Amino acid sequence: MSTPDVDVIVVGAGPAGSCAAIVAARAGLDVVLLERGPFPGSKNMYGGVVYPRILDTLIPNWWEEAPIQRWVTRRSTMLLTDTQALTIDFRSEAWGEPPYNGATAFRPDWDHWLAGHAEAAGAQVLTDTTVVGLIRDPGGAVVGVRTDRPDGDLRAKVVIACDGVNSFLAKEAGLYEHTDAKHYTLGVKETLALPKEVIDERFAVRDRHGVDIEILGCTGNVNGGGFLYTGLDTLAVGVVLKLPKLAAQKKRPEEIVAGLKQHPAIAPLVQGAELKEYSAHLIPEAGLTMMPKMTMPGMLVAGDAAALCLAAGIWLEGVNFAMASGMYAGEAVVEALQANDTSATGLAGYQRRLSDTFVLKDHRKLHRAPELVLSDRVQHLYPGMVANVAERMFRVDNPHPKPGLRRILNEERKKAGVRRRDLLRDGWTGFRSFG
Amino acid sequence: MTDRIISFQERMDTAEFRVHHQAHIVVDSRVCADCSTRECVIACPANLFIPTSDGGLVFNYEQCFECGTCYIVCNREGAISWSYPEGGHGVVFRRT
Ligand SMILES: Cc1cc2nc3c(=O)[nH]c(=O)nc-3n(C[C@H](O)[C@H](O)[C@H](O)COP(=O)(O)OP(=O)(O)OC[C@H]3O[C@@H](n4cnc5c(N)ncnc54)[C@H](O)[C@@H]3O)c2cc1C
Ligand code: SF4
Ligand code: SF4
Repeated sequence: MSTPDVDVIVVGAGPAGSCAAIVAARAGLDVVLLERGPFPGSKNMYGGVVYPRILDTLIPNWWEEAPIQRWVTRRSTMLLTDTQALTIDFRSEAWGEPPYNGATAFRPDWDHWLAGHAEAAGAQVLTDTTVVGLIRDPGGAVVGVRTDRPDGDLRAKVVIACDGVNSFLAKEAGLYEHTDAKHYTLGVKETLALPKEVIDERFAVRDRHGVDIEILGCTGNVNGGGFLYTGLDTLAVGVVLKLPKLAAQKKRPEEIVAGLKQHPAIAPLVQGAELKEYSAHLIPEAGLTMMPKMTMPGMLVAGDAAALCLAAGIWLEGVNFAMASGMYAGEAVVEALQANDTSATGLAGYQRRLSDTFVLKDHRKLHRAPELVLSDRVQHLYPGMVANVAERMFRVDNPHPKPGLRRILNEERKKAGVRRRDLLRDGWTGFRSFG
Repeated sequence: MTDRIISFQERMDTAEFRVHHQAHIVVDSRVCADCSTRECVIACPANLFIPTSDGGLVFNYEQCFECGTCYIVCNREGAISWSYPEGGHGVVFRRT
C-alpha cells in the first residue's frame, strides 16, 4: 500500500471544512484543505445570519475580527396573506454587544476569514481544486481523493468530507441511502443595494444594529418561506422553496421573490433598492430523516454534506451546525490518529460528540418541526386564519360590540376549513417540537 | 415610484461566471424529448432549460449556479450528467 502524502485531507473550505482544518492543524497534524472555488466562500450563499458563539473557544473574541455586516438586535416573524401581515417583533440591546447573538455577513467574506484561520494554524489551503472521487483500499477504506489537477491524486490517513449539500463524496461512499427531492429546498436570493441611512431609517435601527425577518405565507402554492435581512448598505431578500412543489407548478423562483417584494408590507422596505447579485443554493431540509451515516473507515462527513443544517421554519441555522460538526470531526480525527486507528471504531468519537452536543440534540428536539412548518395547513390555511383573527380583534366595528376571542377563533377556523382536531394536533406537535 | 423591472438576462449578469470551455452539465435531449413533466424548466433558478417550439429542449451550462436542483428534480435516468466545473471555474459569489 502506498504511503499517505498527508495526515488529513479536508474537502471543502466552507465553515465545516475550515473549522475541521483549524482543529486538526492546531493539534500538529499535516492538513490539506481543498476548495474547488477560486477562493473560500466563492461558491457559497445563504440567507444571511450567522450565530457564531460556537467559535468562543476556537477563536476567542472572534467578534473583534470577524467580517460581519450588522449585529442582529431585532428579529421578526411575519405571517402574510395577499393583503394582511401579522408580525411578532423582538428586539434586544444585549444582542448588540459582546458576546452578541447573531450577525449578518456575506459568505465570501466569512468563509474566507475562517479559512484564513485554518491557514494560520498550519493547514495548506489549496483553492481551484475540485475533488472528483475517492481513493479506496481493497477493503473499501478511504485512503485519499482524486482531484482535477494534473497528477491530482492525494493520499491521507483520513478524509473529512465537508463538501456541502450535494456531497458527491458521501454519495460515492454509499453513506446516503438515496437522494429524495422532497428532502431539499431551493433558496434563491437577491442582494439589493440601499444607502445605510435609508436602511437604518426603514428598519428602525442604528449603528451596526440590524434586522432578521422570517416570513411565512409568501410563497404562493409552493411550500416554503421567505426572509429579509439587513446588511450594512445592502438588503438580502429571498425565499426557500420545497423542490417537488416548486417543480409541479408554473411560477419560477425569481417570480416568487418578485411577489414577496411587491407585498404591501415588504414593498416599502425594499423600494428603490438596486439588484446587486442574484444567487441560488440548495438546503438539506429534512434533518434526521435524511442524515447519512457519519463515519466509515478512513472518512467522516460534516456540515451540510451530512445534512446537519437545521431548517425548522423560523430557525434556519446551518453555518453554526457546520462549524460545530467540523470542529468535532477534527477532534475525533486527532484522537483517532493518536491511537493510530482510523477504523469505524477509531472514529466513533465523532458520532459521540454530535450526539452529546446541540448538533444532534437540537435536531432531535426539533425533529417534527420542518415537516410541520412546511405542511399544507401551516403553509396555506393558518396564515389567513390567524391574520383574520387579528384583524377582527383590532377592528372597531361600532355600533357592534367587540366579539369574544373564542367566537372569532371558532368562526375563522371554520371559514378557513380547518378541522378542530387537526388544529389541536398541529398545536400539540408545535408545542412538543418548540416547547 | 415603482422600481424598474429588469430582464432575466440582466438579473443573471449580476453574478460572475468564469466559464470553462467544457460543459460541466450535459443534458441528453433524446431523453427529454418524451418527458412531459419538465420539472427542470420551472425549477432551475438560472432558467437554463429552454423548451423549443418543436417540443425539444435546449440547455446551456454557462451561467449555472451549480446548485444541483436540476438533477434532483429530474426523474429520468440518464437525462442529466452532472458534475462540478473544473477547479477555479464556474460561479463566483461576492455578496451572498
Ligand atoms: C438560501 C439559504 C439560506 C440559508 N440561511 C442560513 C442562515 O441565515 N443562517 C445559517 O446559519 N445558515 C443558513 N443556511 C445554511 C448554510 O448555508 C449551510 O448550512 C452551511 O453553508 C453549511 O456549511 P458547510 O461548510 O457544511 O457547506 P458549504 O458552505 O456548502 O461549503 C462546502 C464547500 O465545499 C466546496 N466543495 C464542494 N464540493 C467540492 C469538491 N468536490 N471539491 C472541492 N471542494 C468542494 C464548496 O465549494 C464549498 O466551499 C442557508 C442556506 C441556504 C441555501
Ligand atoms: S432534464 Fe429531466 S426533467 Fe428536464 S426535460 Fe429532461 S427528462 Fe424532463
Ligand atoms: S445546477 Fe442549478 S443553476 Fe445549474 S442548471 Fe442545474 S438547476 Fe440550473
